[in-house]
Amino acid sequence: MNDTLFDKLGGDGAVNAAVEIFYRKVLSDDRISDFFDDVDMDRQAAKQKAFLTMAFGGPNQYSGMDMRRGHAHLVAKGLNDAHFDAVVENLAATLQELNVPQPYIAEVAALCETTRNDVLGK
Amino acid sequence: MPNLTFNGDTYACAENQSVLDALTGNGVSIPSSCRNGICQTCLMRSVSGTPPLDSQNGLKETLKAQNYFLACSCHPLEDMEVSLPDAGSARIQATVHSIESLNHEIICVGLHCENPLEYRAGQFINLFKDATLGRSYSLASVPAHDQHLKLHIRKVPDGRVSGWAHHNLKPGDVVEISQAVGNCFYVPGHPEQPILLIGTGSGLAPLYGIARDALEQGHTGPIRLYHGSRNPQGLYLVNELCALADCHDNFSYTPCISGDAMPADGYAQGRALDVALADIGKLTGWRVFLCGNPEMVKTAKKKAFLTGAAMKDIYADAFTLAAA
Ligand SMILES: Cc1cc2nc3c(=O)[nH]c(=O)nc-3n(C[C@H](O)[C@H](O)[C@H](O)COP(=O)(O)OP(=O)(O)OC[C@H]3O[C@@H](n4cnc5c(N)ncnc54)[C@H](O)[C@@H]3O)c2cc1C
Ligand code: HEM
Ligand code: FES
Repeated sequence: MNDTLFDKLGGDGAVNAAVEIFYRKVLSDDRISDFFDDVDMDRQAAKQKAFLTMAFGGPNQYSGMDMRRGHAHLVAKGLNDAHFDAVVENLAATLQELNVPQPYIAEVAALCETTRNDVLGK
Repeated sequence: MPNLTFNGDTYACAENQSVLDALTGNGVSIPSSCRNGICQTCLMRSVSGTPPLDSQNGLKETLKAQNYFLACSCHPLEDMEVSLPDAGSARIQATVHSIESLNHEIICVGLHCENPLEYRAGQFINLFKDATLGRSYSLASVPAHDQHLKLHIRKVPDGRVSGWAHHNLKPGDVVEISQAVGNCFYVPGHPEQPILLIGTGSGLAPLYGIARDALEQGHTGPIRLYHGSRNPQGLYLVNELCALADCHDNFSYTPCISGDAMPADGYAQGRALDVALADIGKLTGWRVFLCGNPEMVKTAKKKAFLTGAAMKDIYADAFTLAAA
């Protein structure tokens, strides 16, 4: 078997299980909640789904350029490394809550790390 | 730059400009309210040219099939010839049957439709003062129960449509309304699931419909309604709701007063949202309906989610006022 990280985590089902837990954590985290405090929670949740799918190594169409463009308005509002770390931390805590084995969580964190410069517009 | 044709005149639509902005920017009157793809007041039909998919979000399939679209959310990719909705297919004639006062600022308007309107309690219709001015009002009536459509209209200071409804509308008048719109209604299934309803002001309208609809459909789980106002005069249907609670063990009604004037027993002190959360605690597993003041709805949606309600179980209608 040569499963991808996304398959090992449980694919779409894992994303669906994680999205509300993750979004609750992010909204409750004073360090970053302002970035996510959209009037339209449903639309925001859909975007978190896109984020999680990508972070889990799943199928996505985003390029580094897309990540740059997609977060540029947040960088303009002061998005920085500390915020980035907080998101990854919340993601790890979410996966722990779902009893995902530690090595997989490390893989997810490493994958996120590859997007840092693009997300932060560096 | 795509061209828009309306009533024989042609207008240019700039990139990133909506059909609504392009037309109103040229002095054409097109009804609109939320400008956000929610209320469907700006419904238009494309006579030629395909409306972009985005502009048809939330429309009924029958309307989509006839190339209806929302002007505020339509960024045309090609030339379009557009028109306002035809009477008959998208707009319906209704006769004012009754007008009653519910409190000092809210009236109940009863409407009779020749052909019964298909709707779910809690959805809303757009009421048109004239061809180009319409506003959304929620349905407080229950199809199986009530003979007429019932709207609770609060008088907004200098409000064009609400003021007209309060001062000019009288029984016998014929008005145009849209079909029923919106996703804020009771869906059968999970009859044991607890339901929380929170509303402020005329936000009681859809909740009054939804609560009675759920009871009608045999809901067995608890149904808890919290209606909030700054002062006791702002509440209404108090007796009806107390009576409803007397007849149904699983239904409870809590009137909430957020201001200082605390009346006698039977009222809770505080904002409806805070009172409800203090009573209930965690909302894991609850179905939640939130209607009325947009700030309240926004805060409540977030709090309901953070205290455990699943996103799919939260239904909300913010009574957003149109921009001046
Ligand atoms: C989905 C939905 C459902 C709705 N359901 C109901 C309902 O069941 N019952 C109901 O009464 N309303 C409901 N509304 C609100 C309703 O659609 C109208 O916005 C409202 O009646 C005002 O319209 P108007 O034409 O009278 O006022 P307008 O002429 O549009 O507005 C009057 C002016 O008042 C300004 N204004 C802004 N905020 C306030 C404020 N807080 N107080 C006073 N003036 C303000 C406006 O900007 C505007 O300049 C609903 C709205 C939505 C989106
Ligand atoms: C860990 C690396 C990150 C990845 C891989 C990532 C990925 C994504 C993706 C795929 C989207 C959806 C884009 C769309 O479809 O519109 C998105 C949106 C978003 N991201 Fe990120 N993101 C990351 C970090 C962050 C951080 C650190 C923040 C803020 C603290 C953040 C805040 C947001 C917000 C607010 C949106 C929604 C934007 C909007 O509403 O326009 N992201 N992200
Ligand atoms: S949907 Fe277009 S104005 Fe409300």
